[in-house]
Amino acid sequence: MLVLVLDSATPAITAAVVSVGPEPDVTVLAERVTVDARAHGELLAPQIAAVLADVGKAPADLGAVVAGVGPGPFTGLRVGLVTAAALADTLGIPTYAVCSLDGLGAVAGGGTVLVATDARRREVYWAIYRDGVRTTGPHVDRPADVVAVSGQPRDTVDFAVGAGAVLYADVIGVPVRDEPLFPSAGALATLAAARILGGAPSEPLTPLYLRRPDAVEPGARKVVS
Amino acid sequence: MMTDEPLVLGIETSCDETGVGVVRGHSLLADAVASSVDEHARFGGVVPEVASRAHLEAMVPTVHRALTDAGVTLADLDAIAVTAGPGLAGALLVGVGAAKAYALAAGKPLYGVNHLAAHVAVDTLEHGALPEPAIALLVSGGHSSLLRVDHLADGVEPLGATIDDAAGEAFDKVARLLDLGFPGGPPIDRAARDGDAGAIAFPRGLTAPRDLAEHRFDFSFSGLKTAVARWVEARQRAGEPIPVADVAASFQEAVCDVLTAKAIAACRTYGIDTLVIGGGVAANSRIRSMATERAARHDITVRVPRPRLCTDNGAMVAALGAHLVAANVRPSPLDLPADSAMPLTLVTV
Ligand SMILES: [Zn+2]
Repeated sequence: MLVLVLDSATPAITAAVVSVGPEPDVTVLAERVTVDARAHGELLAPQIAAVLADVGKAPADLGAVVAGVGPGPFTGLRVGLVTAAALADTLGIPTYAVCSLDGLGAVAGGGTVLVATDARRREVYWAIYRDGVRTTGPHVDRPADVVAVSGQPRDTVDFAVGAGAVLYADVIGVPVRDEPLFPSAGALATLAAARILGGAPSEPLTPLYLRRPDAVEPGARKVVS
Repeated sequence: MMTDEPLVLGIETSCDETGVGVVRGHSLLADAVASSVDEHARFGGVVPEVASRAHLEAMVPTVHRALTDAGVTLADLDAIAVTAGPGLAGALLVGVGAAKAYALAAGKPLYGVNHLAAHVAVDTLEHGALPEPAIALLVSGGHSSLLRVDHLADGVEPLGATIDDAAGEAFDKVARLLDLGFPGGPPIDRAARDGDAGAIAFPRGLTAPRDLAEHRFDFSFSGLKTAVARWVEARQRAGEPIPVADVAASFQEAVCDVLTAKAIAACRTYGIDTLVIGGGVAANSRIRSMATERAARHDITVRVPRPRLCTDNGAMVAALGAHLVAANVRPSPLDLPADSAMPLTLVTV
């Protein structure tokens, strides 16, 4: 089955056409990634058109959409999710949600791995993986606090990956590797493959915001004179 | 595709309303809206992140509702139009992202359009083709502008705008001062019905001769807002009751007086006999009656759509989209950006 994979939870604007099945075959046929934290709204749709053109297929040839649902900075994340939802709804195909950090954790390698992406405001979105499977998180915290808040000793983490780990390598307290830096479309498709092939019901693409909106209720009105 | 009566779906997410409308030429087929206004009420204003979250949740269901109400499918459409700006950046991006996905999946032309021009175009759904040239007065919580419209498909010419608060913002702030709730327009309109509009002489911003020289068609409402606050506070300090109806009526009279006087002056200056009024504040009963009264004296025709079409909605975006399709305007590219400060000279991207 041809599956469209989208992730917009990090500065990497990702669109891929992936062939899923027969089990356990997952093959990325075409992938476009642009790293630009401010261009999700502009570039995601053209990238979808481009990966479809790369494989000579039309939207109607797609059988499912897999979307990374964050956590991620809100504006870009929402672009990916509204795109996935509207596209799938128009085509009458199901959507499947995958935690974007899993798109890193699943391909980071064996052992205990910290995945951290940039949450801005001097914080990171993070999770801990044991042999590719998430055991803690996702959470959002200051980089120096990430492992400690899990109650897990820092020296039990073998290494860290992700743009958040690279950015805060000096304070994160575990060895940092450069790759993978952003969620992998192939990994996201693999994580949803069983649901896709099993014909699981379509899932709501609920964003993992992890933060409440910034808003303060007004106090007593200020006197002007 | 060339057609006089294009079937267009319009998506509007520039502020706190998720609006999706469907029009066929000048006929309104559907006007679905999901509002997050209740979530903003306790903050006394629109919180951008709250609005954007609500847009994402409401988008697909609201499109469904509009298509069902119109009795059409995406495949039937001639084009999809979306507000590209101006507005809240994060909120605009949800609508633009959705519109691109619908256009891509259904294989339809996409028009990223100007929200303010859409406030003008919506009148075609009520009164048919817009006589050109026309003067347009757009007043809401986000904008207060006076425009000259020669050819809506090409762009509009800004004649003036507020130099501080939007008119609707002044309504919100005065409503808060009087404990009337948010948004402030409807409760002030209601309260004013029992009040004396001449009870308190509140200032009319930028109407003194020295201001008119530089700001002939501009507006200012921040001085008015402060004057109302001072008046109310003086009463409170003296331990006297606040005559809410009189304050509301006198404030509303001051706003409507300036707006309509400048709009009529623009018509007369340019020799234009059509005045279109749009935006949320155009739903106010006093601006409608005052504009009609004053325009009649100068043989100017006032066109104000019904209140529901004055506030932000998807039908206005669809109406402008239909106008652009009929005028054979080139569609927008798929990489069209949302532009929170989109200039009025651009009707489409
Ligand atoms: Zn508006």
